[in-house]
Amino acid sequence: MSTVEERVKKIVCEQLGVKESEVQNTSSFVEDLGADSLDTVELVMALEEEFETEIPDEEAEKLATVQDAIDYIVAHT
Amino acid sequence: MALEGKVALVTGASRGIGRAIAKSLAMQGATVIGTATTEEGASTISHYFAKWGLPGDGIVMNVNDAQAVEDGIKQITSAHGAPQILVNNAGITRDNLMLRMKDSEWDEVIGTNLTSVYRTTKAVLKGMTKARWGRIVSISSVVADMGNAGQANYAAAKAGMEGLTRSLAREIASRGITVNCVAPGFIDTDMTRKLDDAQRDAMLKGIPAQRLGEPEEIADVVAFLASPAAGYITGETIHVNGGMYMG
Ligand SMILES: NC(=O)c1ccc[n+]([C@@H]2O[C@H](COP(=O)([O-])OP(=O)(O)OC[C@H]3O[C@@H](n4cnc5c(N)ncnc54)[C@H](OP(=O)(O)O)[C@@H]3O)[C@@H](O)[C@H]2O)c1
Repeated sequence: MSTVEERVKKIVCEQLGVKESEVQNTSSFVEDLGADSLDTVELVMALEEEFETEIPDEEAEKLATVQDAIDYIVAHT
Repeated sequence: MALEGKVALVTGASRGIGRAIAKSLAMQGATVIGTATTEEGASTISHYFAKWGLPGDGIVMNVNDAQAVEDGIKQITSAHGAPQILVNNAGITRDNLMLRMKDSEWDEVIGTNLTSVYRTTKAVLKGMTKARWGRIVSISSVVADMGNAGQANYAAAKAGMEGLTRSLAREIASRGITVNCVAPGFIDTDMTRKLDDAQRDAMLKGIPAQRLGEPEEIADVVAFLASPAAGYITGETIHVNGGMYMG
């Protein structure tokens, strides 16, 4: 079984169409990985599906980096 | 067939234009789920699909009830898969002069004809986004552009639908989803049969084609917009009105 970190990064790569080597824990979805607002909404949808959880909108807005997403998932699943 | 393997949701499919749209999409190979407000209406839909020998079914889903829409989409998704084609067709009129219009007449028309479009569209959008393919067609009216005495509520709802369509088209075009309206003129259905002879005659004078349109003449345009051939048309309103309004 892959770790949360590996699974989050895999989804980020798939959703944003970036290479794994480009994705650091500190990477910002918008500034470093080129996501637009619709991409970030879709990314959250994909994370919800992968981890079978619901991320409320006000929490989703705070997820700016890969590490933010990992921390959220670890704390809520 | 062009729409083979696609699930289509048509609201208000028990009669009139919605019924014709349900048939034309099913004839292109889509599995069509049509909605009505009553069990009786839903079984009418199931029966006509059986009679036509086409893939489709009817369900009860009041588009003016948020919970019903949420439940309805869930039911369709688990039984058939997520809809990739949505036709927002359900609609009502509550005509009255503005000076006499009741709040209930305003609210019912805005709820059933406009808020329903927001709700139903939002509920199917996730599935379309994931599939990277979708078609949303909403049935507006010539009245959205022309205005019509006695229909301030209806015209406001339909014009609102067209504005929603253009905005959503911009938001979601990069995901292979098109969002359009078809705006009928006067079509021969229960909605126009409610008018008296004097009203009908007055109406016909304004129609160069000198006749009412048939539901199938709307359905054919909807089927085209739903097809792969129309993939580069988005944010558009197509008028189908025998020449009564040319923009
Ligand atoms: N006929 C025209 O000349 C004309 C012109 C311009 C635009 N349009 C538009 O075309 C669309 C279809 O009109 P039509 O003439 O075919 O109307 P219609 O014959 O009166 O049929 C209306 C359909 O909408 C359904 N419906 C009504 N309220 C609903 C609700 N709250 N939830 C779910 N379904 C509901 C009805 O279901 P039930 O059977 O359960 O009541 C029926 O299937 C409407 O949006 C209308 O505004 C019509």
